[in-house]
Amino acid sequence: MSHALTPAERINAVLRPVPTWLVYLVGALPGIYILVGITLALSGIYDVFGNSLGVDPARTIEHWLGELALQFFIATMLISVLRDRFRLKLIKFRRPLGLLTFFYVVLHLGIWLGLDIQFRWAEAWSDVLKRPYITIGMVGFLLLIPVAMTSNNAMIRLMGPVAWQRLHKLCYPAIVLGGVHYVMVQKVWEAEPLIYLAVILSLLALRGKRLLP
Amino acid sequence: MANRFKSDLTWDDVTPENVFLNRRAFMAGASALAATGIAGPALASQYSTDEEPNAWDEITQYNNFYEFGTGKSDPAEYASALTTDPWEVEIDGLVDKPGTYSFKDIMAAMTVEERIYRFRCVEAWSMVIPWNGFELADLLNMAGVQSGAKYVAFETLLRPEEMWGQKRRFVPWPYREGLRLDEAMHPLTIMATGIYGKPIPNQNGAPMRLVVPWKYGFKSIKSIVKITLTDTQPETSWNTINAREYGFYSNVNPEVDHPRWSQASERRVGGGLLAKRIPTPMFNGYEEQVAGLYEGMDLAKNF
Repeated sequence: MSHALTPAERINAVLRPVPTWLVYLVGALPGIYILVGITLALSGIYDVFGNSLGVDPARTIEHWLGELALQFFIATMLISVLRDRFRLKLIKFRRPLGLLTFFYVVLHLGIWLGLDIQFRWAEAWSDVLKRPYITIGMVGFLLLIPVAMTSNNAMIRLMGPVAWQRLHKLCYPAIVLGGVHYVMVQKVWEAEPLIYLAVILSLLALRGKRLLP
Repeated sequence: MANRFKSDLTWDDVTPENVFLNRRAFMAGASALAATGIAGPALASQYSTDEEPNAWDEITQYNNFYEFGTGKSDPAEYASALTTDPWEVEIDGLVDKPGTYSFKDIMAAMTVEERIYRFRCVEAWSMVIPWNGFELADLLNMAGVQSGAKYVAFETLLRPEEMWGQKRRFVPWPYREGLRLDEAMHPLTIMATGIYGKPIPNQNGAPMRLVVPWKYGFKSIKSIVKITLTDTQPETSWNTINAREYGFYSNVNPEVDHPRWSQASERRVGGGLLAKRIPTPMFNGYEEQVAGLYEGMDLAKNF
């Protein structure tokens, strides 16, 4: 009891009582806003968005959701780096952040299919096969499905911690594919997607040997 | 049309018969409306579509004009920095009267009319835009096209202090575009100087921009300061950046796949969240007028 609290210990003390449901709720708010907004707008009840989404609202929402997915993904991956390098105990927030990542990836994909390509399945399928940035994004999504499906205590018990942890290393290739997808969507080399990709690669570098399966 | 019938034209300038007949029909229909001025009154054209045009705000707030940033709303935000008066256009190369033409002098000599065209971006979105402008052929004839000329090269203004996007190097500035001479002389090809009867806003390419409605939008180069008649195919910006994705011709073609976007359909922006996806027609719906320009050409190879 004699030593003064380190900054990390102070942060841990502040965050310890924060319940995970609050992370789920706050994190899901933008997605809920978009889902409710689209539902109300499409049913003609109320135009929630007004002019705030610009001339091409579907594309704006699509891009916004993609960025949110990447932001949550980076936050998720940051948790173990903060634990290993700075002794921050945020591990209980990792699952909510990870599942929110998947939530935004699914919404991003849903908006592309529904509002952008408008369920023209033949065109959607040929896009997945022929457009490298869409192929890459789709592979990233597929890798995340088993990860999201096993993000619960029952699956950890069922699989055993070793196999479970190995499966969840799929997040590493998935986040890289997400970052590359974002860079490739642009027609020219843009700063923002490159910054995202640089952050992602730095995070992975900090994981060191833990990257290996 | 003031300068079309000058005697210094050569056989190379003779309008093909089918185009000639179209034009006669148009002249008859247009009657004798004297029309000049920046934007000009609505002189109706047989080349106009009867589709519902997009709203002014849609046309002027959703632009690709990388000189002002790569975001769609960047041009509307930053293009006010551009000085468009005075404005001069240098016309050089294989012309009888090379020189620097002031925008005012050009407008005094041209007849402005309204052309409501479909506008199809290579990014697979589209609009319908009521341009005001004059046929590029009139301007080229004013300078006197020489018989050796086969292509027309265009350049956008280079002025990084007013166009901040030019301080970034992702495009080798200035922006360049080009057409084959017969494409340039086609009556559908116009220099637009207005939209909805108002002077064209800076973000749409003030004071004068090309509009080639059967080609992807990036061919329709904005804020032009230089036009060169040449006998060799000119370099074009997007082709320089990525030759695999952007060809010299870049005709709208739903059957020729682009590595980045399926070109089979497009979203007509302006319909809000439900902006409808519609099939893209060959040559953006101008097949009847322009298919003859490409007879015998492999359009998959010459994309």
